[in-house]
Amino acid sequence: MADDLAKFFGNIRLHNDSGGLTMGFFDKIKSTIQTAVGTVSDALNIDRLREGLEKTRTSFVSRLKSILFAGRKIDAALLEEIEEILLTSDVGLQTTEKLIDRLKIRVRDEKLEDAQVITSVLKEEIERLLVSTPSGENDAIFTFGAERRPFVIMVIGVNGVGKTTTIGKMAHTYRQSGRKVIIGAADTFRAAANEQLEVWAERAGVEVIQQQQGADPAAVTFDTLKAAIARDSDVVIIDTAGRLHNKQGLMQELEKIGRVMKKVKPTAPDEVFLVLDATTGQNALQQAREFTKVAPITGLVLTKLDGTAKGGVVLAIADAMQLPVRFIGVGERIDDLQVFNAQAFVDAMFEDRASASDGEV
Amino acid sequence: MFESLSEKLEEALKKIRGQSKITEENVTDALAEVRRALLEADVNLGVVKSFIESVKEKSLGMEVKGNILPGQMMIKLIHDELVALMGTDKADVSFAPQAPTIIMVAGLQGSGKTTFCAKLAFQLKKKGRQPLLVACDIYRPAAVDQLKTLGAKMTLPVFSKDDAQPVDIASEALTYARKYGRDVVIVDTAGRLTIDEAMMQEVADLKSAIRPHEVLFVCDAMTGQDAVNTAQAFHERLELTGVILTKLDGDTRGGAALSIRSVLGKPIKFVGVGENIDQLEPFHPERIASRILGMGDIITLVEKAQSQIDEKEAARLEEKLKKNQFTFEDFLDQMRMIKKMGSLRDLLGMLPGMDKALRNVQIDERAFARVEAIVLSMTLEERRSPKLLNGSRRRRIALGSGTSIQDVNRLIKQFEDMQKMMKNMSRGKMAHLMGPQAAARR
Repeated sequence: MADDLAKFFGNIRLHNDSGGLTMGFFDKIKSTIQTAVGTVSDALNIDRLREGLEKTRTSFVSRLKSILFAGRKIDAALLEEIEEILLTSDVGLQTTEKLIDRLKIRVRDEKLEDAQVITSVLKEEIERLLVSTPSGENDAIFTFGAERRPFVIMVIGVNGVGKTTTIGKMAHTYRQSGRKVIIGAADTFRAAANEQLEVWAERAGVEVIQQQQGADPAAVTFDTLKAAIARDSDVVIIDTAGRLHNKQGLMQELEKIGRVMKKVKPTAPDEVFLVLDATTGQNALQQAREFTKVAPITGLVLTKLDGTAKGGVVLAIADAMQLPVRFIGVGERIDDLQVFNAQAFVDAMFEDRASASDGEV
Repeated sequence: MFESLSEKLEEALKKIRGQSKITEENVTDALAEVRRALLEADVNLGVVKSFIESVKEKSLGMEVKGNILPGQMMIKLIHDELVALMGTDKADVSFAPQAPTIIMVAGLQGSGKTTFCAKLAFQLKKKGRQPLLVACDIYRPAAVDQLKTLGAKMTLPVFSKDDAQPVDIASEALTYARKYGRDVVIVDTAGRLTIDEAMMQEVADLKSAIRPHEVLFVCDAMTGQDAVNTAQAFHERLELTGVILTKLDGDTRGGAALSIRSVLGKPIKFVGVGENIDQLEPFHPERIASRILGMGDIITLVEKAQSQIDEKEAARLEEKLKKNQFTFEDFLDQMRMIKKMGSLRDLLGMLPGMDKALRNVQIDERAFARVEAIVLSMTLEERRSPKLLNGSRRRRIALGSGTSIQDVNRLIKQFEDMQKMMKNMSRGKMAHLMGPQAAARR
């Protein structure tokens, strides 16, 4: 019996050692998977996310923890304090009230008493809010098929949210995944916008199509798409000038850019990213609403998440707009743009590092 | 969904009617509505709490007088409180007794520092000063180029230096300013996060090296709850002398203004209201108060109207209205006057409650042009006595203006309705309509 077993295992080992062809095949699959996973996990680098969200996390979790001392019971006062934490995190009145209502219902239905459990209940509710939005399908923006080339991404937003920086980082991310990228400098309004984009393009190692300041942004877009086809590029990223969403003329300009694109590629734009500054308050919702009217927004990019104790506006927008968050910006380095992962985001938000290390000891 | 705050307050205060005084019990709901409004406007929660407390104290025992609605009283009380909190002082740049005056500008990324520097320089230049712009943002790609481009547009010098640290750039700029007689030095710095210790240290070092007379914190008007913490962090390092609120031409309610003002106690010196170099205005607390409460910007509207409408012309029109001599010519004049004030959407947007309502309405600005064409296709005689307008004249006018007879008919009908309405309007009623304007003038 034992011999049989030894023989059996020996055979397997033998097979492994000698099966050159088979091994080669599996190795190939394995390494392909590893590379793919590597790329994704680079983009999703949890440590970096953690680091970037340090302020959000410490302030949110530590504040939550500070009110949930041992022996505390769930009562109206506690819920009010939780409400305040959410409000001061820019979650917004509507979404906050929705979350608090859910907490109340669950406390009643599940007969919850101990304040300690409220953290996990709140986490579940936030997950429901965030993970149920289509943010889960973020892979699609990298895995588009050949028939969609050049994959046209239009980047829009109000002034100063970080569109150009985001584009520089995004170009880098696509380059890293082996795609050929071309950027269109359709911000022809702001002084030195072209120069800023050039610097980023150089860092990312991609080409920029531009005209002089004051040129028609739609014309720049047209040229860029033409150039992308001529040069066989995979991805086109169009930078647009910052504009406040209540300026009708400027919003119409965006519509025009969209129209002109279609002359070169009828299905363009493939993606329209609205860039939002994470330090923005409730006006972010207004921005999302107004920009949706002139451009088919397919996703959000949330910038400056490293600098704010908030980022709660993500919840407000996910709740009200049902728009997926595609990327988040968590720093100034070129690789500080991350593909948004709702679950990782919520985990990082609630992770209590102090108690995690306690656990290890 | 968006009722105006005054309506909500009216609702909340319903039960006060019939009672003579505002008491703790009957004001609770109203205060909850005020809290909501302030939070929706991004006023910091801490500030909201203390504000509500003080409004409550002041409102208790207030007498409810016969014909004034308690809601209106509350609104006035809240509005006045907001204005008082934000300071009645109209702060300007304070100049140093001995030139050059040094102004340092700091803030988060993307708040609009560089644009503000250029706007300020432009304004000072118009006032006869000799500003020098200094580019100390050595980090953001092309930030120096941006300032240089803006400087060139205004034909103002911009001091910059490659491969140098901000402290050295600024110090050399001061030497340059003294040598070439520039009397104001505006130092633009890089955007930085308050958690970035190295960068905060850098800006603090810069401050102690150049010893500015003004340290201005530039804040995006759309900032949320964190505005207070950010401003405080900058204040701790730099001892700010004032705050600049940018992007106020958006539709943000601007609660950050109130938060920062009440926590720092430093004046808001200017507000940025557009992308052009001349769109920098002094801060008006009463306007922001109206915005925060979602009450539109009636004062700006009135001011705009006043600057465009000739007093004599208005008096002449009123006289004509009274005598029922209002003609198509007057109609045309009036329309052109309104047009001068800006786009219809902008104007309507300033009216209380209209801003929200307008979001889903497409206003056809070209309708103006069509009406104008119709009136211009009339003969002078027809404009003066619209009774002449028979079928064949109407057809001619439609052809001449490129519109249809229906369009012409509609306009004439509207015009006649307007005449009728004005005839019915007594002088007393007119005065009532002009109420807010008259009040604002006083």
